[in-house]
Amino acid sequence: MINWRSTFAIYRNELSRFRRTVFGSIVSPVLTTSLYFIVFGAAIGGRINEVGGVEYGAFIVPGLLMLTLLSESTSNASFGIYMPRFTGAIYELLSAPVGVAETLLGFVGAAATKSLILAAIILTTALIFVDYSIAHPLFALVYIMLVAASFSLLGFILGVWAEGFEKLQMVPLLILTPLTFLGGTFYSIDMLPSPWDKIALANPIVYLVNGLRWTFYGHSDVSIGVSLGLTLAFLAICVAVIAVIFRTGWRLRS
Amino acid sequence: MKPIPQPILDIRGLTKVYPGGLKALDSVDLEIRKGEIFALLGPNGAGKTTLIGAVCGMVRISSGTINAFGEDLARHWRSARQRIGLVPQELGFDMFDTVERQVGYSRGLFGRAPDASRVEEVLRSLSLWEKRGEEIRKLSGGMKRRVLIAKALAHDPELLFLDEPTAGVDVELRRDMWRQIGALREQGVTVILTTHYIEEAEEMADRVGVIDKGRLLLVDEKDEMMKRLGRTEAHFTLAAQLSELPPALRDYPVTLAEDGRTVCYRGGDGTGKGKAEVAAVATALVQSGIVFTALDQRESSLEDIFVGLVEQQGLAA
Repeated sequence: MINWRSTFAIYRNELSRFRRTVFGSIVSPVLTTSLYFIVFGAAIGGRINEVGGVEYGAFIVPGLLMLTLLSESTSNASFGIYMPRFTGAIYELLSAPVGVAETLLGFVGAAATKSLILAAIILTTALIFVDYSIAHPLFALVYIMLVAASFSLLGFILGVWAEGFEKLQMVPLLILTPLTFLGGTFYSIDMLPSPWDKIALANPIVYLVNGLRWTFYGHSDVSIGVSLGLTLAFLAICVAVIAVIFRTGWRLRS
Repeated sequence: MKPIPQPILDIRGLTKVYPGGLKALDSVDLEIRKGEIFALLGPNGAGKTTLIGAVCGMVRISSGTINAFGEDLARHWRSARQRIGLVPQELGFDMFDTVERQVGYSRGLFGRAPDASRVEEVLRSLSLWEKRGEEIRKLSGGMKRRVLIAKALAHDPELLFLDEPTAGVDVELRRDMWRQIGALREQGVTVILTTHYIEEAEEMADRVGVIDKGRLLLVDEKDEMMKRLGRTEAHFTLAAQLSELPPALRDYPVTLAEDGRTVCYRGGDGTGKGKAEVAAVATALVQSGIVFTALDQRESSLEDIFVGLVEQQGLAA
């Protein structure tokens, strides 16, 4: 039986932690996104007319949203579980009547919730700079939730694995951000010269960015089915890894 | 005949071997009675914290069984943990959160419905109510420790573990802590505390267990234990050399050092008898006209006692 009260306590505690750092967690992504719109949308976008029938400024909206979603979900969830490990507060979580289900729903749910709030803020900010519409809004919402949950799970794994703040930052900074930049955030894959257009398909983020782009504009570089399938597979892998972490107590129980 | 109540915690053959090969617990058997205060006494590294960790879920046990509230802890951990509280040795919490919120969080985490009046009660009982809105990092060390206790009590546990509750706290807070533990006993909470101070075990506990190198050497009622543990040692430095002890000292456990310049007393049983006898020996020396220039008296350390216990056990085996 899942302990719902415990789950809710973790969820609320995490959200209140976010509230304490509201400036950094909201203002900085909004500022970053605005900068991207100014630099890429206005300055460079003025020289590129359209990509696949979509105005360049609008074309980069899903990619920019994905950029924030991936880094914020990952780092929020990883901090959420790493901080108690770092401060020693983890003892309470380990001695509490909570298992993998409560912990995941609490930590990952809160990280994903924060990502969704951020997504809404970024989409609103984008409206200031460009005119865009979402072709499949419900699909977009589901897809955003799916990505937020998956990368919060990844963040949770990182937070359990990391043994220092440096390692904690490593994956978002050294892997996710570069892959997102190279993952078709600012361009369509078919704009790349051969063989880079083929190599780009090995980048998993390409499928995420394009999946989200499809929900916005109804077409993308890769098929939505493949994007969705890969996202779900990634989610399943993360859940499996976390289940193993809890069963073996790796890095949590001595 | 009164029925024998079921133990609230029943540990059988508990062994923990850490990956490096360190055997932190070696086949420990321990029964804790409902409502008692049990002190686990042992030096640093004896396995006290590992034992607590094994019951509370921080340590994966290598072998053995733990029954809590009459049920196998490995299978019924969710329901059991709701009834167990833990005050760890190290301060560990979200320092930027407020006292009241953290305590409320702990209550929820252990599956209890929010109850502001109960949280208030806990905070008041620990003199934290005035500080409820403060960030924990701004509190003094002693106050922080109280927050840890408040967090552990927030879900009204029936079984409470206190890991070295008074390690590194000042005398006043230690007294305060002892009063708190006494109040918990009144409420019927079963308390297991670890300590490496004999006086603390003596002050607080109903029963005492002595643990060293992962082995539970001895479990007994406190008074019995104190009789076994207590040893007073006193050295009288004499002004002049003495060839033999005066007859007045014959009834006391005293010896004369080879150089004839020190009289050494070793005795007592932890009930204060030792100190009284040292005073009597001093009087006897004075009455016999023997002048001493220094008196060095001490209670034997835990280490001395452990050596003694292990030797005793070795002889018995």
